[in-house]
Amino acid sequence: MILQGIAFYVFAALLVASGVMVISARNPVHSVLYLILAFFQAAGLCVLMGAEFIAMILIIVYVGAVAVLFLFVVMMLDINFRELRQGALETLPLGALIGLILLAELVAVLGGWIVAPGVASIAGAPTPALDQVTNTHALGQLMYTQYVYLFQASGIVLLIAMIGAIVLTLRQRAGVRKQNVGVQIARHRDDVVVIRKVTTGEGV
Amino acid sequence: MAEFWSGFLLPLIIIVLEILAIVVPLLVAVAFMTYAERKIMGAMQLRQGPAIVGPFGLMQPFADGLKLFAKEQILPEGANRVVFYVAPMITFFLALIAWAVIPFNYGVVLSNINVGVLYLFAISSLGVYGIVMAGWASNSRYAFLGALRSAAQMVSYEVSMGLIIISVLLCVGSLNLTDIVHAQEKVWFCIPLLPMFVMFFISALAETNRSPFDLPEGESELVAGFMVEYSSAPFALFFLGEYANMILMSAMTSILFLGGWLSPLPFAPFTWVPGIVWFALKIAFCLFTFVWVRATMPRYRYDQLMRLGWKVFLPFSLFWVVLTAGVLVTFGWLPK
Repeated sequence: MILQGIAFYVFAALLVASGVMVISARNPVHSVLYLILAFFQAAGLCVLMGAEFIAMILIIVYVGAVAVLFLFVVMMLDINFRELRQGALETLPLGALIGLILLAELVAVLGGWIVAPGVASIAGAPTPALDQVTNTHALGQLMYTQYVYLFQASGIVLLIAMIGAIVLTLRQRAGVRKQNVGVQIARHRDDVVVIRKVTTGEGV
Repeated sequence: MAEFWSGFLLPLIIIVLEILAIVVPLLVAVAFMTYAERKIMGAMQLRQGPAIVGPFGLMQPFADGLKLFAKEQILPEGANRVVFYVAPMITFFLALIAWAVIPFNYGVVLSNINVGVLYLFAISSLGVYGIVMAGWASNSRYAFLGALRSAAQMVSYEVSMGLIIISVLLCVGSLNLTDIVHAQEKVWFCIPLLPMFVMFFISALAETNRSPFDLPEGESELVAGFMVEYSSAPFALFFLGEYANMILMSAMTSILFLGGWLSPLPFAPFTWVPGIVWFALKIAFCLFTFVWVRATMPRYRYDQLMRLGWKVFLPFSLFWVVLTAGVLVTFGWLPK
């Protein structure tokens, strides 16, 4: 038990520290690398809670795919850091003001937050205990059986977003030569090569 | 004090010994993998391959290793020092930690976790970070181009690989690697899921940056891609990591499609051979195919590689997932 406690505090402390480094690192690539470190600590915390499926999905989706593309973009940016920081100082008062307003709103909302009575029993009911069924089964049961319509609805929202992104970025240019593998393979020697006997001095 | 010994220190020592029992043979296997690759390619190209150091050149990998570590370490000007040195460490580290969940025989596994497949998939998808960080930190155009190619390549092949794994999982009903092997006692998945087996193997080639998908390295255009600036020990770490990854992907292919430690036929002379030997033989078969492909195929052009990943593998693996699920539901073969 004491080991779990130590592990929790190590993960939590590293998570907070790397989170702070994400916003305070000078180099944006370092920021992304700290962000990845933060994802790892979060996955470690999930494993400690017994949510192994969520932990692995967090790593596969966020670290394995999203952060790679993020890093990809950030690496290609050519940023002048000194200019960036001067600009930051100019807009600091405005940013601080917006932050303060948001904080006030958050406090106002959370101050009036009441957790519904008996919510623990409702929330705890859908999945059986961890020793009876694995994470994956429990989640699958919830998502694909109990809340299948909501799941489908969110899938449609994502699909529409995807189609929208493709429509916005797709542009068709005229005069582009594209490789058509089928046509290339279907080509036959007789269609494209003609062998002729040429008499010297006469041409074809 | 006795409690500290039996409750904490003793398990720690046992775990460390178990880890060593996996890592040391793995590194020896990596060394001889490089030797085997040169010998097999030599034979395929009517050459001898290494034949001078030791009997049949068997000591060649150790001579190479010694040579690498004796060389000078160079840090390029303008390189990001920390990231530059961390990148090869990450590659090597990731190639080793994945072995924690591989079952070598029934019950012979360091950590038998419920989400073993996802763990392996997560670790293999992280392999790109070593390459991307190396390419960026080297402060070199060639290295950077290699890193960008690698990032795009990994992301596109991971999607279809995930779908292939899903079609296997549909037939098993569990994410545990030991369960996956047990589900193949009647028939190995490479028979009913043959197209997925072939596609998984090709994706594994792309995932390990092996020929014909070795564009991040691309000697003829990018010199050596992401590792062009590396020398000495960091280079050796990249090299070890790459080959350990190849062995890992072969082990993954064996577990998912070739029945892991199971013998090919479930009766007498075959079942006398211990499972770990069968597992090693299957890995060796996959590794041989890796080398075979390298000696045979020309390198893909970059747009062809992307086309294969997104326009061929992704739709086909998606179709196959739907087909597998449909067949399983129709005939009532869904695993309980």
